[in-house]
Amino acid sequence: MKILVAVKRVVDYNVKVRVNADNSGIDLANTKMSINPFCEIAVEEALRLKEKGLADEVIVVSIGSRKCEEQLRYAMALGADRGILLETDSTPSSLYCAKLLSKMVEKENPGLIILGKQSIDSDNNQTGQILAGLCGIAQGTFASELTIEGGQAIVTREVDSGLQTLSLTLPAVITTDLRLNEPRYAKLPQIMKAKKKPLETLSAETLVAPFAPQVTTQRVDAPTQRKAGSKVANVEELINKLKNEAKVIS
Amino acid sequence: MNILVIAEHNNQQLSSATYNTITAALQLGSTDIHLLVAGHECAPVAQQAVKINGVSTVLVADFSAYQHFLAENIAPLIRDIAQTHYSHILAPASTNGKDVLPRAAALLDIEPISEITSIISANTFTRPIYAGNAIATVTTNAPIIAMTVRGTAFDSALTSEENVATIETISIQHDKQLSSFVNEALSLADRPDLGSAKVVISGGRGMQNGENFALLEKIADKLDAAIGASRAAVDAGYVANDLQVGQTGKIVAPDLYIAVGISGAIQHLAGMKDSKIIVAINKDEEAPIFQIADYGLVGDLFEILPEIEQRL
Repeated sequence: MKILVAVKRVVDYNVKVRVNADNSGIDLANTKMSINPFCEIAVEEALRLKEKGLADEVIVVSIGSRKCEEQLRYAMALGADRGILLETDSTPSSLYCAKLLSKMVEKENPGLIILGKQSIDSDNNQTGQILAGLCGIAQGTFASELTIEGGQAIVTREVDSGLQTLSLTLPAVITTDLRLNEPRYAKLPQIMKAKKKPLETLSAETLVAPFAPQVTTQRVDAPTQRKAGSKVANVEELINKLKNEAKVIS
Repeated sequence: MNILVIAEHNNQQLSSATYNTITAALQLGSTDIHLLVAGHECAPVAQQAVKINGVSTVLVADFSAYQHFLAENIAPLIRDIAQTHYSHILAPASTNGKDVLPRAAALLDIEPISEITSIISANTFTRPIYAGNAIATVTTNAPIIAMTVRGTAFDSALTSEENVATIETISIQHDKQLSSFVNEALSLADRPDLGSAKVVISGGRGMQNGENFALLEKIADKLDAAIGASRAAVDAGYVANDLQVGQTGKIVAPDLYIAVGISGAIQHLAGMKDSKIIVAINKDEEAPIFQIADYGLVGDLFEILPEIEQRL
């Protein structure tokens, strides 16, 4: 079984982002970029399935500019077998990304497609679900546990009310939640080795004709800042203030 | 303008987020709001739904394959209903809504919008990006506007004693047999729901272990509060995942939020900074949580918590 993993290049999660001067977006000049943390968990899960003998090949695919090669090389340093870059200079929508990935599903015929549940830049949480819908296959979103048994994916999902376990017919799309695993680190010898692994570049526009995005960003603003209040000296003062000043308890 | 709202429920009870989503639909200026109740043996839910002010029709799709709200079966149902005559499809930005709505959008070949926090016009909305560090204003020209709604950003819709809506039975049945329900581990708490409680008391890594959450529970009992936790506390295994407050957990905005032993990572702040009053209790006076707290108390939580309980 092949596993296809989608990885996105995003602002490193440690970077404090700032809205740019003309309110058109986030200031990304000279900003450290990394693999989206949820995508890193997706890569790790695929590698663990391969190490358990449940998969033969892990293919990582990214969509974006040539710079996304860095994230694909990183995923290959972690252990992915080969990479595919679907190159585009535009900022692709979730729907366009999902259409591109569905072409990869057709071409590679994977048993599992694993994605992060959301990227930490746009926070959309939709590409995996759209992909599963386009392909007409099962989806296991927000996964915190994944096993393969008798040709089915058994996935435990983090839902608002607790945990829910589903059995999915393969092929299936899985999106990862934070507690699915703790990703490994890439070691230097593997980083060197990853440079020799196959990385194919395809033109996104050739695969799926681009279409005008339906959802466009008009402007981006910094959130209204909450002002710090005051420190209280002790519990008595705290309860007094909550009762008589804030009036939130009686 | 006809709006389809996807109800979230457990076949017995409508979720509180559904009421918030109906308020969002009302803000769009619609007078024709239809609420889809898809489930199995879900008649009690329909009875609650017909009493919500603003809803004109409750569409009930009662079918065994809809029992667990599996996206593979619900998404084609939404598609079939939505493409008849709706301008908007709204669902709560809950794990159910986020699971199903993008898939339904895919079947309609439209780009969905996630987790809106305000409505500027019928096709322009705001939504948080970068873990709430920026707010994007987005506009859409999609033929049907599909979006999830952050519950805490909209008031709860009001209800009437009498029925205000009519029930219409939907006979569309999809059973794709791609997925099946195995089991669920629900948190059975006799406490208010974390997403809609007026008071939330949350513990972080400073709680040191799960047993110490009993200190928070005693206070929660007195304040009729929900219990929450930081990601660090959940990752460390102190409490279950469904208590996590934060950008990747639950978004809460109670009247009073008490953060205990929580340093205040951006991730956590994104989930609670819209609370009306924030109290922070932490032994580290430099903890970032104090920068957004209305009232900060520096000290040992193991001394402070019992004292609060005693003084309430």
